[in-house]
Amino acid sequence: MAQTENNDDEQAVAVEVKPPNRLVRKKRPKKKAAPKAPKTEQGDAAKLRPAAAIVPPQSVAGRALTLVVAIMSFLACLTVGAVSIVWDAADAWQNDLVREITIQIRPTEGVDMLREIDKAVALAQEFPGIGAVRALSDSETKALLEPWLGEGLELEGLPVPRLIQITVSDPELLNLSQLRNSVSGQVTGASVDDHSIWTSRLSAMAGAVVAGGFAIMVLVMGSMVLSVVFATQSAMAGNKDVVSVLHFVGAEDGFIAREFQRHFLMLGLKGGVSGGVAAIVCFVLVDMLTRQGSGQAGSDQVSALLGSVSVSLPGYFGVFAVVFLVAILTALTSGLAVKAHLAKVD
Amino acid sequence: MIRFENVGLRYGMGPEILRDLTFQVEPQSFQFLTGPSGAGKTSLIRLLFMSLRPTRGLIKVFNRDLSVIDKQELPQLRRKIGVVFQDFRLLDHLTTYENVALPLRVVGKQESEYRSDVIDLLKWVGLGDRMHVLPPVLSGGEKQRAAIARALITRPEVLLADEPTGNVDPPLARRLLRLFIELNKLGTSVVIATHDIALLEQVDARRMVLADGRLSIFD
Repeated sequence: MAQTENNDDEQAVAVEVKPPNRLVRKKRPKKKAAPKAPKTEQGDAAKLRPAAAIVPPQSVAGRALTLVVAIMSFLACLTVGAVSIVWDAADAWQNDLVREITIQIRPTEGVDMLREIDKAVALAQEFPGIGAVRALSDSETKALLEPWLGEGLELEGLPVPRLIQITVSDPELLNLSQLRNSVSGQVTGASVDDHSIWTSRLSAMAGAVVAGGFAIMVLVMGSMVLSVVFATQSAMAGNKDVVSVLHFVGAEDGFIAREFQRHFLMLGLKGGVSGGVAAIVCFVLVDMLTRQGSGQAGSDQVSALLGSVSVSLPGYFGVFAVVFLVAILTALTSGLAVKAHLAKVD
Repeated sequence: MIRFENVGLRYGMGPEILRDLTFQVEPQSFQFLTGPSGAGKTSLIRLLFMSLRPTRGLIKVFNRDLSVIDKQELPQLRRKIGVVFQDFRLLDHLTTYENVALPLRVVGKQESEYRSDVIDLLKWVGLGDRMHVLPPVLSGGEKQRAAIARALITRPEVLLADEPTGNVDPPLARRLLRLFIELNKLGTSVVIATHDIALLEQVDARRMVLADGRLSIFD
């Protein structure tokens, strides 16, 4: 134990340095009752501001990174919207095609075409799951051929195949291969086309669009993650003193990471929401413009191709998911970057 | 409590700046660490505080061998040691109160649990009326006392102070020294690194003198 040598002002100082109970390590006197805090202490406590953030917010790369996150979020949301539009359009086309089958009867010498048509119609109607069966009339067949062969066509003089349009009421009940066998076996020159080539192509196209959209999302999110990693490293370098102080007061790496993560979560939320809102505004504007432009060549083309150019409800859910993902990804990335940095430092 | 055996330290490929240090910091002991400027006092304090690893030798802190200790355990050990740096290392964006409360925030305590303790301690070190101001507004002596209060708030078993009177006038230096003595009486081991001869002469305590990288101990 230390002993002071000059005791000239010891008594006076001893009064000044009377220790608070907190510092007494041993033999703490029993408290009779919890003492009320003196009025001055209550006053001091009342003046205290809410605890400030340990990592100063202004030291974390602010506006520039928020803007980067907002742009990335906007691009990701646009991708989700575009994928949603194409997916919905492909789904609509596919549904139309799946519910329609065509029987084609090619003319054969010595065979009465009209009788074969009637036979095929009667045969098709017997199958379960078939809704309406209708042979295209002469005028409809002429209308189909008109763009290629011109007006005033005489079908009797030409070996033109005839079509029977079948609407499927319940695809699950219909045995397509049985229908195909019966028709081709019993009706001369007949074949059944269920548009499977078209539907498979549409599926492939829709799949390619989704895969493309997913790839763009991965690239955009990857760029964002890298930006956040750089920003976190810069924030760590800027807060070297804070990190050092936190270390020597006994902070665990997880605590330090959480302090940085909190800022980046807020930053990610701000950026993500801004980008998401901008994307939703874009979707609404595009929808309005295509509706307003109805009748004009450009917007009619787009409408013909995609149907309605409006993002469906799942598309909007996708936008919310992107915003959520952006915020979480930003926070997680910064947390991991801080931990990786601390692992190297100590 | 803290034990060094044949500890040596060199930075990179440079010469060994601390050689064959063997000593113990006993519970409730009081010692000065002294020596000329550049003798390695701060490096030794950093070794004691586990912010440096020795090049050779054995260091045991609270019976844990530092050479085999897991990095995750270091914060737990550091919480038992309070450190006062010569340059204070206060966070400028936090008030005096928040700086002193920092070690308690770090261990996850709620403000309502520690508020009165922090206010009491700040009053004890004479900063009762400066608790709401930011460090840039504090004088050197006030910053020093705030740094000391931060080191004491967790009731550490060991207090390491690196030139704690280096930035204050003699009367305040005496006052701070009495504060350390009072703390030592309350059961905390104290190690004060200083080259202030006047300060050493005021207290009859163990002296560890560093010179040419070697340590001589005068009990």
